[in-house]
Amino acid sequence: MSGRRNYEGVAENSDILHRDMLQRMWLIRSFEERVIDLCHRKQLAGLVHVGIGQEGVAVGVATAMGDDDYLYGTHRSHGHFLARGADPNGLMAELAGKDTGCCRGRGGSMHIVEVGRRLMSATGIVGGTIPLALGTALVAREEGNVVAVYFGDGASNTGSFHECLNMASLWKLPVVLVCENNGYAEFTPMSAHTVVSHVSVHGQPYDMASQIVDGNDTLAVLEAARNAVVRARDGGGPTIVECLTYRLRGHYVGDPESYRKADEVDEWRGKDPIRRFTSVLRDRGAVTARDVRRMEESARARVEDAVRFMQESPWPSSASVADFVYA
Amino acid sequence: MAEIRYIDGLRQAIEREMERDTSVIVLGEDVAVGGPFGVTAGLVERFGDRRVINTPISEDSIMGMATGAAIAGRRPIIEIMFIDFVTLAMSQLVNHAAKLRYMSGGQLSVPLVIRLQQGAVGGWGAQHSQSLEAWFQHVPGLKMVAPSNASDALGLLRAAIRDNDPVLFLEHRGLYFRKDEIPDPGTVPSLSTAKIMTPGNDLTIVTYSKMVWEAVAAAAELAQRGISAEIIDLRSLSPLDMDTLVRSVQRTHHALVVHEAVVHGGLGAEISARIQETAFDWLDAPVYRLGAPFAPVPASPVLEDAFVPNAKLIVRCAEQMIGP
Ligand SMILES: Cc1ncc(C[n+]2csc(CCOP(=O)(O)OP(=O)(O)O)c2C)c(N)n1
Repeated sequence: MSGRRNYEGVAENSDILHRDMLQRMWLIRSFEERVIDLCHRKQLAGLVHVGIGQEGVAVGVATAMGDDDYLYGTHRSHGHFLARGADPNGLMAELAGKDTGCCRGRGGSMHIVEVGRRLMSATGIVGGTIPLALGTALVAREEGNVVAVYFGDGASNTGSFHECLNMASLWKLPVVLVCENNGYAEFTPMSAHTVVSHVSVHGQPYDMASQIVDGNDTLAVLEAARNAVVRARDGGGPTIVECLTYRLRGHYVGDPESYRKADEVDEWRGKDPIRRFTSVLRDRGAVTARDVRRMEESARARVEDAVRFMQESPWPSSASVADFVYA
Repeated sequence: MAEIRYIDGLRQAIEREMERDTSVIVLGEDVAVGGPFGVTAGLVERFGDRRVINTPISEDSIMGMATGAAIAGRRPIIEIMFIDFVTLAMSQLVNHAAKLRYMSGGQLSVPLVIRLQQGAVGGWGAQHSQSLEAWFQHVPGLKMVAPSNASDALGLLRAAIRDNDPVLFLEHRGLYFRKDEIPDPGTVPSLSTAKIMTPGNDLTIVTYSKMVWEAVAAAAELAQRGISAEIIDLRSLSPLDMDTLVRSVQRTHHALVVHEAVVHGGLGAEISARIQETAFDWLDAPVYRLGAPFAPVPASPVLEDAFVPNAKLIVRCAEQMIGP
């Protein structure tokens, strides 16, 4: 294994690639909208965080990565995983706690893993996957692979984040640190929790490359992520890719969202990454209105398959509650 | 038969496993220069700095890194210089290392050894002497062993490195330079079995780590007074080898648990409860516990002596339990 690339035989910025990206953005959007609906219907339980409005980051980063590269997520990672080809059936069943879930119902929304696709782990611990990613990078550097890890603006204030910037840079580890800066940590705006204007500013004192990118511009994310992946793979060390974005829904499903104004959300709805990417592709003639409708329909159909799979799947047996604690 | 020191046992275990399996790596503060006690001395020269990784003082992140390397196929051995500093790494240890196998439904494996050095000796005070094993026996997904001698230091560490789950390896600073014979240096023992150190008929003393040697001294004294004590060296603190304990108690009808850690909420409470649940009908007296008072570890030599249990206390407690 050594840095195999995704989309073998597909040109770097071809229409085929971009259409596939848009299709995946729709899959994520449809999946998460349905997840919200199922939560309201009490068919899904637990603490669920969706990333509606942040699909451009998920798909841009996933597209820049090779099949053998590793990915770590956060508590808000359905999209990160689906963008890299996670099985929607296993994911939906996992959110429901079914035995057919990708983690046999032991994980739930915040702790998804699909190791076959090198989706190593999400986490309920803010900032918790950053050191895991560095450790995996110790292995990846021997294989010619790269590790990408997501974190939020809130996570940039954990002590471990700073420890990891130091170590990743000190050892030039092949890590891409993707900051999804959606402007809030739970209910607190970034201006109230962080003294620097941008998370990527932290790269400089740790002698680390960093870049700020419009996270709702999917192709800009792709470009930035590609540069970071190439740098990592070529031994140039880690990069912070700070993607400025916004979550259009609450922090968690059920969040009353009293901490922000409706017109702020409306303004960002106008910058919806799916709409923006669609108009880029339409202007270029890469997709027609009909293509886009079909994409949306096929995404929704795929999600309905996943819902059916989840609904028809068995629960884990109660007797198995302590399975998988030890080898 | 060859005699080696406890720290040599540790070093030889790491060397041998690194030789036989290239996925074994070492991480920790100052490990490239041997650490404060010389356990890892010479490793970087032999195995290179890609396998012996000298880290900054970043405990939580080192624990996370070791975990991230483990789930990607390495067998990391991480050195936390003093168990007191594991407090800084609790999130990664408890929230990730211990739970990733479970949360992933068995997709991930965390073959990780966490070497921790502990014990109250030499007046190093409250932040360099604690015995914290009670915290970790409460966490599903972790294993924990505590060797009392050089032979087990060697054998159990090799077994821990080969194990596919996270193992906390508790080393006692006060044992680092004790010498023991290594009866069979080639054998790798089971990680989870207790050992009967001294057979006896009247009383079972359940103990581990450095307290084993206080118990041995106490047993000699008790023998003079006509009490035959059986000493069980637990070796594995999680899981507990209850079969060995219960079989012993069924013969002796008395159980005394001795550890250096604070008694309150300690491992002795769990052991005592389990013995009473499974062997109540065989007991002639309540299960007693001996350990440190409910206080931080003091620095003054006089107070440290008062803090750590010893053979004299064990003798007195045993006599009270057996009665005249
Ligand atoms: C260590 C830790 N502290 C607090 C929380 C509670 N919490 C969950 S999400 C969150 C905000 C995280 O903000 P950010 O990193 O910006 O990610 P976002 O939610 O915006 O995606 C907090 C405080 C947690 N899960 N983990």
